[in-house]
Order: sequence, then C-alpha cells, then structure tokens
Amino acid sequence: MDDRRLEITMGNLLRIGVLVAAGLVTIGALIYLAQHFNDHTSFRSFTEESADLRTVGGIVKLAARMDSRGLIQLGLLLLIATPVARVVFAVVGFALERDKLYVLVSCIVLAVLIVSLLHAT
Amino acid sequence: MTVLIFTVAVWAISLIAGFLGSLTGLGGGVVVVPALTLMLGVDIKYAIGASLVSVIATSSGAAAAYVREGFSNVRIGMFLEVATTIGAIAGAWLAAFTSTHVIAIIFGLVLIQSAWQSLFGAHHAGPPTQSDALGARLRLGGDYPDKGKLCHYGVRNVPAGFSLMFGAGVLSGLLGIGSGAVKVIAMDRAMRIPFKVSTTTSNFMIGVTAAASAGVYLSRGYIDPRVAMPVMLGVLAGAFLGSRVLVHAPVRTLRLVFGIVVFAMAVEMILNGLAGKV
Repeated sequence: MDDRRLEITMGNLLRIGVLVAAGLVTIGALIYLAQHFNDHTSFRSFTEESADLRTVGGIVKLAARMDSRGLIQLGLLLLIATPVARVVFAVVGFALERDKLYVLVSCIVLAVLIVSLLHAT
Repeated sequence: MTVLIFTVAVWAISLIAGFLGSLTGLGGGVVVVPALTLMLGVDIKYAIGASLVSVIATSSGAAAAYVREGFSNVRIGMFLEVATTIGAIAGAWLAAFTSTHVIAIIFGLVLIQSAWQSLFGAHHAGPPTQSDALGARLRLGGDYPDKGKLCHYGVRNVPAGFSLMFGAGVLSGLLGIGSGAVKVIAMDRAMRIPFKVSTTTSNFMIGVTAAASAGVYLSRGYIDPRVAMPVMLGVLAGAFLGSRVLVHAPVRTLRLVFGIVVFAMAVEMILNGLAGKV
C-alpha cells in the first residue's frame, strides 16, 4: 500500500471514529435530557465532578450501566483516542517504508500522548 | 436555568461557532470559550474542557477531506508534534496553577491575534524550492498540487519553527484551543512552508496536540459531560455545514464580520479578566 492510500484509509477510519463517538454522545444526551430536562443547572463555579467521570475505568463502568453521563464521557474518550490512533498509524506507515528516523519521531509523540493519558487512569 | 434550555443554548452557540470557524479557518474553539463564559456565565474551566474536545472532533472529522486534497505533509506534522504535545502537557499543567482571571486575559490577547491574522494576514508569495541544511537532513520538503502539476517546496528555519510550535502547544493546553493561528505562523512565516500545506498540516496537528492535554483535563474534571456534549455535537454539525457551503459563501465578508465579532469578544474577555469577573 502506498503513502497516499494509507493516509486516505486513515482519514476514513478517523471519520468513522468521530461518527461513532458522536453517536454515543447523542445516545447519552437523549437519556440525560429525558431524565433531567427540567432540573435547574448552573456551571458558574467549578466543582470537581465525581471521580468516576474522571478516570477511564470509572467511565467504562458507568457507561456499562447505561448511565447517561458515563455514555457521553465514553463517547468523548473514543474521540480523544482518534488522534492517538492517527499517530499509531503513522508509526506503522513509516515502519513499512523503513524510515527509521520518522518511526523514532512518531514513537516519541506516541510516548508523550501515553504519558498524558496515564493521568486519567 | 433548566437543563433543557442550557443544553439547547450551548448547542446553538457551538453550531454557529463551528460554522464560522470552519468558513474562516479560525476553528470553533476560539469562539466557544468566550461565548460560553460571557453569554452563559459558564466557569472558564468547563468552557476550555468542552472546547478542547470539540477541537479534536473537527480535526479528526476533517482529516479525510484534507488528505484527499493532497496538501498535508505528515513528516512536518509529526516532527513538529514533538514540540506541540510536550508544550500542551506543560500548558495543561500550568492551567491548574493559573487564576481564571489571568487565563481570561491571555485568552483575550490570543483572540486579538487570531482576529488580526484573519483580517489582515498576508502570506509569502513564493516558498523556497530548496531546504536548508537541517530541513534537508530531516527530509521535511515535499510536493503539493498546483494547477494540475506537482510543485516541490523546501523547508527552512526548523529551530525557530520548532520553538514557536512549543509555544502553540502551551497555549493549546492552557486555553483548550487548537491554536491553529500560531501553528500557521510557525510554518508559513518562520519555516516558509507553502500556505496551503501549512493550514492542512496544522489541522492534522491540532487534534494530536489537543489529545496530549485531554488526559490532564479529564483527570482534573475540566471535561464535564453536561457541557462538553452540546459543544461537541454543535461544533461538529456547524463545521460540517461550513464545509458544505464553503464553495458558495462570501468568505471575504464573513471573515470581516467574524474578525470584528472575535475582536469585540476579546476586549470583553480582557476587561472581565481585569475586573475579576471571569
């Protein structure tokens, strides 16, 4: 597979990822609105949300129970994963081209992303 | 305010922001944050968390379209992402220790710069055809389609571009925006990369940069599903609409209107920050 076809496949995969994420967020949104549409809300001051919504494990657990906020957050996690997938794909692409320098460069970027995401586990 | 009204209002604001952001190339994030904080009184931490998510959505969603055009340069993007991702983590870390007033003021200054660039930004006419020594060693040069044939371009001033990219990353992590305007300056002005290549490669980099601060934001609770949900869905729908009408839209007029609106919001953000209201 040449460079361009690899990139086009990647672009399409990313778009599917975004659509699935948007779908999950929409399902969560409908459940959330159905349950809470008439509640009063304010986001004027910042308060820490529950720990479960701030970690990957907690989000998966809530989403599995069809909790509306858990489902939305799971969709957002999937969305955050799309650029990470893009970098993984680049590592593979450069490896297929035997381009050692850029395999290294992409691996550094991937390592930085993983360090950041480890914050949320 | 009831949940239903809040959600619909945020969605509508985000739809307009995404629409105008995609037409003008400024991105939706720079408008969503001031609109939420100034119009709906949302705490800036929730606003930047939601904005960051929408930045990733538009970047990944538009990737396929950009690749098909054949302009983006994966080597340049990946190499500069080393700087933007490390900068983004530093920026996200800084956000926790920076008062919201200061964040609002910095945000206002960045908005003014973006508006200025959108209104008056001129770019280099002729990119160099030869890379300098470092650009050549990193094999950053490439080809782009112009009037049916491939043109070769070289890349220069890599250290300057790399440093600017670190700054773009810090701003992205601190403010929850794509900071596409700074990225384009680094590539177009400093590294002399052709404008079309700069803007499309910038789109590719924005998502990866934002993902680097997303983990930090998530663990701190900046990404609240109740705020991020209407922002993500609104910006995504707006950006999609924007890409559909781009061909027929009076882009020049829109740029002018958008630039003025962004400038007005910037001034209000700075004043509110100084008065300690945001």
